[in-house]
Amino acid sequence: MQRILNNPDNIVDEMLKGFVKVHSDMVKTTEHPRVLAAKAAPVAGKVGVVTGGGSGHKPAFIGYVGENMCDAAAVGEICSSPTAAAFRDAFHAADGGAGVACLYGNYSGDNMNVKMAVRMAKKDGLTVKTVVANDDVASAPKDQREKRRGVAGEIFMWKCGGAKAAKGGNLDEVIAAAQKAIDNTRSVGIGLTPCTLPAVGHPNFEIKEGTMEVGIGHHGEPGIAVQPLGTAAEMAQQMVNVVLPDYPFVEGDEVAVLVSGLGATPVMELYVLYDEIEKLLTEKGIKVHRSYVGNYFTSLDMMGATLTMMKLDEELKELVDMDCYTMGLKQK
Amino acid sequence: MIVKNEKGRTILLSMVNAIHENKQYLGDIDGLIGDGDHGMNMNKGFVTYGERLGDAETSFVDGLIDLGSILVNEIGGSMGPIYGTILMEMADKAEDAEDITPELFIEMLEAGLDGLYGIVDARPGDKTLVDTLNTAIQGLKKAVAEGKSFADALDCMKESAEAGKESTKDMVAKYGRASRLGERSRGVLDAGATSCCIILQSMADGMKAVME
Repeated sequence: MQRILNNPDNIVDEMLKGFVKVHSDMVKTTEHPRVLAAKAAPVAGKVGVVTGGGSGHKPAFIGYVGENMCDAAAVGEICSSPTAAAFRDAFHAADGGAGVACLYGNYSGDNMNVKMAVRMAKKDGLTVKTVVANDDVASAPKDQREKRRGVAGEIFMWKCGGAKAAKGGNLDEVIAAAQKAIDNTRSVGIGLTPCTLPAVGHPNFEIKEGTMEVGIGHHGEPGIAVQPLGTAAEMAQQMVNVVLPDYPFVEGDEVAVLVSGLGATPVMELYVLYDEIEKLLTEKGIKVHRSYVGNYFTSLDMMGATLTMMKLDEELKELVDMDCYTMGLKQK
Repeated sequence: MIVKNEKGRTILLSMVNAIHENKQYLGDIDGLIGDGDHGMNMNKGFVTYGERLGDAETSFVDGLIDLGSILVNEIGGSMGPIYGTILMEMADKAEDAEDITPELFIEMLEAGLDGLYGIVDARPGDKTLVDTLNTAIQGLKKAVAEGKSFADALDCMKESAEAGKESTKDMVAKYGRASRLGERSRGVLDAGATSCCIILQSMADGMKAVME
């Protein structure tokens, strides 16, 4: 394992120390060592937007804390949900008196800990409402959408929910905007190599040389098909074939597109992939309103990429276009 | 025969040591169909409890509460809330009982399982720790109903826990991270079912050691 480490058991805390030193114009520490808050949080009268999840997905989750996105994030161990206490303290760090929207991904640990945290916060007199992202098309059939995992589509959920809160929306309006964003979003991943948890030291699943796994999850959850490694054009076709019919995205739609690397794929290859995806969308008469390419939501050292598409209406367009300033997304 | 609630230290330390000794084993099992961190996370929680207890005495009930709180508040993941809930619900049921009788211990375990059902959708047959816990409770109940001594009934519970754990081998995971593997999860023990078996067996051993 060729990695930059001290004691792998301490990697999350050491990463947080470095992160806060670099991004002190965006985030600050809180009393809870596993909660980071936006520099300006809490903003009086504004709905607090909170997220959280296991570590190893940089920039997610703390990389989306900052101006006009999330107000606080709870940080877990690698690929492991934050504690209920961390979520609860994140709610408090974000609370400006107008309630808190907790926008997170559909994983069993996160579901349990958020549920417990919401219950604890209620006892503290805090109103918290939740939206659970389930944009990963390959993780369950369409008629079981509630079982689908949340992946890079969470970024659009935070972007739109965070923008709505920044524009002065009340809690129900923020929740509705975030819910609409994720309901309009679909993702799929293709994995080329497995990832290795630093403290484990070896990959815990296998992708054979010369093959790719279509529909792989952010923790190596198996996808829908293992195939011979294709060209960028073939990968783009595969991804579009999974994503478009599921929503479905059709001619005349306007979309936001996000292509994220899974951690170890060179960014230049992501642009090659994006170019192919964009050609296919144009052929279908789907208009790309805004696009993002880079390492937005990763999985340690996995190679591969995810495609995420969100269908836009006037409201979502306004929200996705709003300025923001976070480590993972800077926009103006 | 009863277990004095005040003699919790031996029971809790038996649990801590058992998890610590099996850290690597649990990680290896988890690595087959999970992400390999189960042993590490469980060990972190249990060892933290052991360190904080230090040389102090504790009642069984307080020990369950303290260990459960550490799992919920400091470990997180899936196993933090799951075991934290089970242990704290068990403690709730016993409240300030001076004596843990076989009947009360059954009620405690059932309260733990009920609490777990409140936060997870898993049920028997889904290849989770529910299979261990549920089978163990059934074994204990049967033994107590048959009039076995508390110590013998705990041995029956240990065997049932083992059987419940082993039953997960031929199951296909329907809940949790391994469920995404479908048929590929068959043939391997569930890591949670295995740690649950270790916890129940070491709890029973600790109880037998202080039984009066």
